[in-house]
Amino acid sequence: MSTRPAIRSLAYWTYQYRRTWRATLASGFLMPVLYLTAMGLGLGSLVNRHAAPTRLGGVSYLVFLAPGLMAAAAMQSATMESTWPVMGGIKWTKTYHAMLATPLRVSDVLYGHVCWMALKVSLVSTIFLGVMAAFGAPRSPEVVLAVPVAVLTGLAYATPFAGFVATRQSDQPIIAIYRFLIIPMFLFSGTFFPVSQLPAAIRPLAYVTPLWHGVSLCRALSLGDATPAAALGHVAYLVALTVIGLAIARRTFASRLAA
Amino acid sequence: MSVDGDPPLIQARGLTKRFGGFVAVDGIDFDVHRGEAFGFLGPNGAGKTSTMRMIACMSPVSAGTLRVMGLDPATAGPRIRARLGLVPQDDTLDLELTVRDNLLVYGRYFDLPRKLIRQRTDQLLEFAQLTERANDKVDPLSGGLRRRLTIARSLISEPDLLLLDEPTTGLDPQARHLVWERLYRLKQQGVTLVLTTHYMDEAEQLCDRLVIMDKGRIAAEGSPRQLIDHHCTREVLELRFGPDDDHSALADKLDGVGSRVEVLPDRLLLYTANADAALAEATTRGLSPESWLVRRGTLEDVFLRLTGRSLAD
Repeated sequence: MSTRPAIRSLAYWTYQYRRTWRATLASGFLMPVLYLTAMGLGLGSLVNRHAAPTRLGGVSYLVFLAPGLMAAAAMQSATMESTWPVMGGIKWTKTYHAMLATPLRVSDVLYGHVCWMALKVSLVSTIFLGVMAAFGAPRSPEVVLAVPVAVLTGLAYATPFAGFVATRQSDQPIIAIYRFLIIPMFLFSGTFFPVSQLPAAIRPLAYVTPLWHGVSLCRALSLGDATPAAALGHVAYLVALTVIGLAIARRTFASRLAA
Repeated sequence: MSVDGDPPLIQARGLTKRFGGFVAVDGIDFDVHRGEAFGFLGPNGAGKTSTMRMIACMSPVSAGTLRVMGLDPATAGPRIRARLGLVPQDDTLDLELTVRDNLLVYGRYFDLPRKLIRQRTDQLLEFAQLTERANDKVDPLSGGLRRRLTIARSLISEPDLLLLDEPTTGLDPQARHLVWERLYRLKQQGVTLVLTTHYMDEAEQLCDRLVIMDKGRIAAEGSPRQLIDHHCTREVLELRFGPDDDHSALADKLDGVGSRVEVLPDRLLLYTANADAALAEATTRGLSPESWLVRRGTLEDVFLRLTGRSLAD
């Protein structure tokens, strides 16, 4: 019985995770607790008092916010895993090069790492779901489906970012990704307030972000008002971005690592 | 070394590597036979690493043919790499993992059973004299220890062919000698070694046969002894004069003594079969060097003659 090559390259990331799992589990738990306390309960008490109930679909701010934050946390975790570690694999620790001196191929190295990103985001999202449930935020058991949706949201970022990072010589562009893409999307893709509150002119910008699709679907699943058509649309969009990102990454990894 | 009918382990014909318009390897031919230690010598930028990367099936061949273990790297990369070990020029160890974990995870890439990986890891740690450091992280280890670990790691799949790209660059003499001794043991066990180096003593110590590369081409090929006999003389007389002496004029006076005189900024090198006799002749001709040195011709003389004395980069 032979193990698939991509799974063998995934083995590295799990080995490496044994060293840091305590710290990442703790922060994976702490982050949602802090956000849901400060914003969901704290800020939420103001919002609930002053906003017209229909604005948030008739639910409390905590119930509105939590599933959106889950998708946003998935985006952030996926971005973290697909930027610096990719640059490290190429330039710093050169892990990719070590793998490529063995029977593994460039595509195995890429798929193994992307599998790891998916695993890591599932872990973060599952913890998030637990915290969210402890806060009493979910309104429907369908919320468990929000975990795979969050993972898909993460992958829609991770694969294009990995593909892009493989073309760069330094980590400067990674900092730019955070500053000019991740932070604006985090703030304006419907996580903290409905996109309908944005001026009509910039609304379409929010609709093209993968995060908006992830937030919308996670929220609908948590509230129990997801419709199959809308769900399919969101999933299709996220899958398309993931697949395109993977195709780009295959090319950029190959030209960087097997020149 | 090569038995008739035994196909070469590596065979290259017109092997070429281009990066855009730059030709890194310019149509070289060579054979490496099973069980030998074969060296690529050359200054920086000569094309040694590019050649190694092609042999390791990590870099596609631009033109010409290459067969490794009878297989084509373009189509059989994973199969070839399953049977070869690579010690790259820059270590690719995981600094945060322990010495042992570096070996264990590397073994997984080859899809070896975990039990076998653990067995071999213990043996290889012993072989590389790293057993006492097995549970230490790699990060604080010295360059010599890391190099030994990289070599141990490359052996986890028990390869038939070991590729070593500058195996001892940056190591202190003790560490270098230990690496050489271990590599010699591998050769005795029948592992074919292919290495690049720009250390002549390393090439003389380890290589049965070598090629000297310069600007992407092979400038000479043979055993260290053959290369010295062919491109150099048995002995070299080094003559040092005062800073105000005209070296070229002094060199003219030595015309006919030995087979060649080389004028350097600080000394004259006289290539000759008999350096003592040459020294006597030089004195007879009225030369009075401040100091002199009689030594054997070395691979370094061959190397400098073939690749020039100017810096490569």
